[in-house]
Amino acid sequence: MKILVPLKRVPDYDTKIRVNAAGSGIETDGVKYSINPFDAIALEEAIRLREGLGDVEIVAVSIGTEECQEQLRAGMAMGADRALLVRHDASLDSLAVAKILAAVYRREQPNLVLMGKQAIDDDANQAGQMLAALLGIGQATFISKLELPKDAKQVVCCRETDAGLETVSVQLPAVITADLRLNEPRYVTALGIMKAKKKPLEEMTTADLGVDATSRTRVLSLRMAPQRKAGVRVKSVDELLQKLREEARVI
Amino acid sequence: MTNPLSSTKILIVAEHDRGHLKLATLAAVCCAQQVCQATGGAFEILVLGEQVADVVSSLAPYGAAVVLKADHSSLLNPVADQYAQVISKVVKDRGATMVAAAASTFSKDVLPRAAALVDAGMLGDVVSVTPDGDDFTFERVMFAGNVIATVKLDGPLKVLTVRSSAFSVPTKVDAASPVIDVSVDSSSQSGLTTFVSREEKPSGRPDATEARIVVSGGRALKNSEDFERLVGGLADKLGAAVGSSRALVDSGITSNTLQIGQTGKVVAPDLYIGLGISGAIQHLAGMKDSKVIVAVNQDSDAPIFEIADYGLVADVYQVVPELIGKLGQK
Ligand SMILES: Cc1cc2nc3c(=O)[nH]c(=O)nc-3n(C[C@H](O)[C@H](O)[C@H](O)COP(=O)(O)OP(=O)(O)OC[C@H]3O[C@@H](n4cnc5c(N)ncnc54)[C@H](O)[C@@H]3O)c2cc1C
Ligand SMILES: Cc1cc2nc3c(=O)[nH]c(=O)nc-3n(C[C@H](O)[C@H](O)[C@H](O)COP(=O)(O)OP(=O)(O)OC[C@H]3O[C@@H](n4cnc5c(N)ncnc54)[C@H](O)[C@@H]3O)c2cc1C
Repeated sequence: MKILVPLKRVPDYDTKIRVNAAGSGIETDGVKYSINPFDAIALEEAIRLREGLGDVEIVAVSIGTEECQEQLRAGMAMGADRALLVRHDASLDSLAVAKILAAVYRREQPNLVLMGKQAIDDDANQAGQMLAALLGIGQATFISKLELPKDAKQVVCCRETDAGLETVSVQLPAVITADLRLNEPRYVTALGIMKAKKKPLEEMTTADLGVDATSRTRVLSLRMAPQRKAGVRVKSVDELLQKLREEARVI
Repeated sequence: MTNPLSSTKILIVAEHDRGHLKLATLAAVCCAQQVCQATGGAFEILVLGEQVADVVSSLAPYGAAVVLKADHSSLLNPVADQYAQVISKVVKDRGATMVAAAASTFSKDVLPRAAALVDAGMLGDVVSVTPDGDDFTFERVMFAGNVIATVKLDGPLKVLTVRSSAFSVPTKVDAASPVIDVSVDSSSQSGLTTFVSREEKPSGRPDATEARIVVSGGRALKNSEDFERLVGGLADKLGAAVGSSRALVDSGITSNTLQIGQTGKVVAPDLYIGLGISGAIQHLAGMKDSKVIVAVNQDSDAPIFEIADYGLVADVYQVVPELIGKLGQK
């Protein structure tokens, strides 16, 4: 069994994001980058599947600049067996990402693609669904539980929806996107980092893959969302109720 | 001079919960009305499901050119590959130039799949659509709601989900929209994904995305009994919905449907009351557009106070029972 896990390089989730003075991007000075948290969860799940099923190869793939090597090495330190970096220095939209991942999929022929449900920078929440459509294979999104018995031809997933939880069964191969509650990713050990240095990291370009990665999305400008100001402190329940009734008139 | 965008044809994908229209769909209708008013274009609404006559009729009074009804037993459950197949076919058949739906887990599951089937780019969580020459400019939120991006989407077909907090209620018109049946070929359904079951805890309370007041609890609540008694109790006194931080969902105290934030629901009620929530940016992403925010937290340095209109530094176990008691009396 082979599992493909895309890892996106994103600003760490507890970084304070600032738009640069030109409004053309975010300030990158001093920003720490990490594996997109949802992708780390997807990778963790792949590792657990390997621990349960035995014969599983985990291939991590990242699309972007040379710097993505850092996230791929971190992914291999966690437990991925090898890594692919698709070099593309221009920005990509979700459809372009999906087209590149589809080409990687055709090359690697995995049984399962386990990826994050959304990237915490662009918050698009689209790439996995688009990839499944391009490949004409099934999808299960926002999953918080997964069962894949040995030799099974389908995977049973519990999905988190606005209305509750939903269980679906998806034929393999399939694209699965992870929600936060699926698991808690393990820490990388020093031994893992040492081992990761020796694992293969292959580089290619979108041209090598024969993909037209032209994005449809063009960013004109960015600005900070309007910030709220701190209001007043009240001293008691009575004062709070009075403010809500007479000043804000919301109750 | 005619508007270069007068041939705009928007397809709204309606969302419902087994026959009950989700109110967030009306935000997408409102967005379509605004765009059509500015361009002279028209919009249509597509309802998919089984036995959806009530949903179709509830969408009749909003001025859609037609309401398209895809009523078929294979569409009983919203399985993404089946829904996306029907949507992409309708998009082609009707010559839509824009597809819009409310930003929800339903749309986020189905619409990107439909977009890729017709090779269209997509924008999620759009907060404004502005005609701009012979094209449109969009604004959408990203980075947990901290950044607003102004973007263009190239190509003849644009797919979007819209944030309901950014649009108001659509206007009603006198004439009801005509209804057209969409034929669904069940033999073309792939069956890649099979729906197994659904687990929902009916709470009897309104949905947080549809309520005027939301009372939310965070890690200060030690267990589900306390959550129900304090957060639920206060919500019931106010006729409000309940919400929760991710911390309580993770610890199993609340259901995932209550989670508010970057990866949960986005709400913008008239009043949001946060009880024992620290105010991590991922939580703020889901509630900072509320009109009035109240925070109760025993830590006077909790970040939620930086955005709260009214802050009360106190123990929720002490003040919430008092609040509940005093709300009964005037
Ligand atoms: C201001 C701004 C606004 C933008 N708005 C949009 C928009 O609305 N729509 C749009 O399509 N694009 C938009 N883009 C382009 C944006 O770069 C893409 O959204 C993004 O590159 C791909 O989508 P995502 O990472 O958000 O994917 P998501 O769909 O949120 O990511 C889901 C998963 O896809 C995988 N993945 C995504 N990218 C990579 C990668 N590079 N390498 C490996 N795995 C990856 C990961 O597993 C991730 O968890 C915008 C860009 C900017 C700067
Ligand atoms: C990728 C990612 C996505 C995420 N998405 C979301 C999301 O969508 N929504 C979300 O909510 N979180 C999300 N999180 C988690 C988020 O970062 C925070 O961990 C979470 O919001 C914290 O919840 P909390 O405020 O309830 O808990 P804490 O941060 O632990 O805060 C508890 C607060 O309660 C106060 N308190 C304790 N006892 C009392 C008492 N008796 N009376 C009064 N006050 C008391 C404390 O002072 C403290 O401020 C996400 C995290 C990541 C990494």
